[in-house]
Amino acid sequence: MIELRNLTVAAGRGPAAFRLANVDLAVPSGAYAVLMGRSGCGKTTLLETICGLKPALGGRILVDGEDVTDLPPAARGIGFVPQDVALFSHLSVRGNLAFAPKVKGMDVSIVEELSQALGLDQLMDRSTDNLSGGERQRVALGRALAARPRVLCLDEPLSALDAETHEDMCGLIQSLARSQRITVLHITHNPAEAERLADHRFTIAGGLVRDQ
Amino acid sequence: MSAAGHSPRGRGRGRDLGFVAGLWTLAGLYLLLILALLFADVLFIAKNPARLASVDWDPIWHSITLTLITCTISALLSVLFAVPIGYLLSRTEFRGKALVDAVLDIPIVLPPLVIGLSLLILFNHVPTQGHSIEKGFNALGLGVTYAIPAVILAQFTVACAFAVRTMVNTYDQLSPRYEDVAMTLGCSRAQAFWRVVVPESWRGILTAGTLAWARALGEFGPILVFAGATRGRTEVMSTTVFLEISIGNIEGAVVVSLLMVAVALVVLVLVRVFGSRRLGV
Repeated sequence: MIELRNLTVAAGRGPAAFRLANVDLAVPSGAYAVLMGRSGCGKTTLLETICGLKPALGGRILVDGEDVTDLPPAARGIGFVPQDVALFSHLSVRGNLAFAPKVKGMDVSIVEELSQALGLDQLMDRSTDNLSGGERQRVALGRALAARPRVLCLDEPLSALDAETHEDMCGLIQSLARSQRITVLHITHNPAEAERLADHRFTIAGGLVRDQ
Repeated sequence: MSAAGHSPRGRGRGRDLGFVAGLWTLAGLYLLLILALLFADVLFIAKNPARLASVDWDPIWHSITLTLITCTISALLSVLFAVPIGYLLSRTEFRGKALVDAVLDIPIVLPPLVIGLSLLILFNHVPTQGHSIEKGFNALGLGVTYAIPAVILAQFTVACAFAVRTMVNTYDQLSPRYEDVAMTLGCSRAQAFWRVVVPESWRGILTAGTLAWARALGEFGPILVFAGATRGRTEVMSTTVFLEISIGNIEGAVVVSLLMVAVALVVLVLVRVFGSRRLGV
């Protein structure tokens, strides 16, 4: 479960800077929440703050009841798939999936499990430079899941995919999140995608987050 | 129906042809200048082959060896400093950043002789002539001024500034998202730097090292002032050219110049080939 209590974050830069103030949000364990809103409304900043990549100006962030507001990103148990996926190009697909288990000293057998679940088993020794858009998204998803997060934050992960790959990825993300009982926070612009995936829907507008 | 040459597409191709021809003309002129310089040197030697026999090769081999060693040390030191400085300047905001940025460019804009003179004064007159940095090193049994460490320090001072500039550009172009993701995958900031940022910026590091090496090879002014040009001691290839000219041995100077070109070409090509393989390109 993830809870935001009175969370305040600074978004935008320069004259376009603004605050998302007093955000209250709760997503139950294993539920799939979708965050929607116009470009520049602060969705990505909110996700970055939840992940610990930007400081919270006020309020608390709780994961399964534990206050993680002041913890570094590595200790929060929150996975992150950014919009541009940011795959590590100096590592193969296998290297990307095994990154978190190696850093954390965890069992790397999860890499093989994820490669099969994500249909990456034929691509494991490939360079990430030679992957299609859908394959890159699957590697990024697998890399985040290999860290065994309690919460997964996805920043428009499906926006650059063709219709068929989009549908496949929707199903894949949903089934993996359910099977591993991971709470998901997913940003999208696409109402159909939100309809397809969301257990809970939130909208950000005018510096406020509304539960729909 | 118009002729192909007069159609809009044809006119577009004609304009493209003019543009490409212009690019090749300018590139060709510059390449021609470089090749003409080398050709002139080779022609000069070819016309006076008998005088080559009078060239004393012992100090030249010594200077080649010393050049390769000092340039490599200077390049490695430059990379060692440039990688963290470049990262700091690219990723952090702090008061006085513009000033720090400008100070780091001083070795690039200052005349090389001034760098050598400033190093000489720093080591021999600071804080006083009686209690200088050089005297401190002397007390430890080490000599810097007019010795090999002065060659390295003179090369490093200038070469590092070029390496820093290269690394700042490299990190400016590398998305901070890589570190962000690495930190959510269990890395501390330092681990994200070593495990992700350094390998992801390998190409930039290689370029910075190559540039620093090449810059160190061509360094002359600061070495002459700070390290001197003592035959068989602090003589590197650039100072050999100067020493040969000063004793009227133009052939010797030209031979060393051509050797510098050959050494530079071999090293730069090797580094690029090795770098491409390392990157699997």
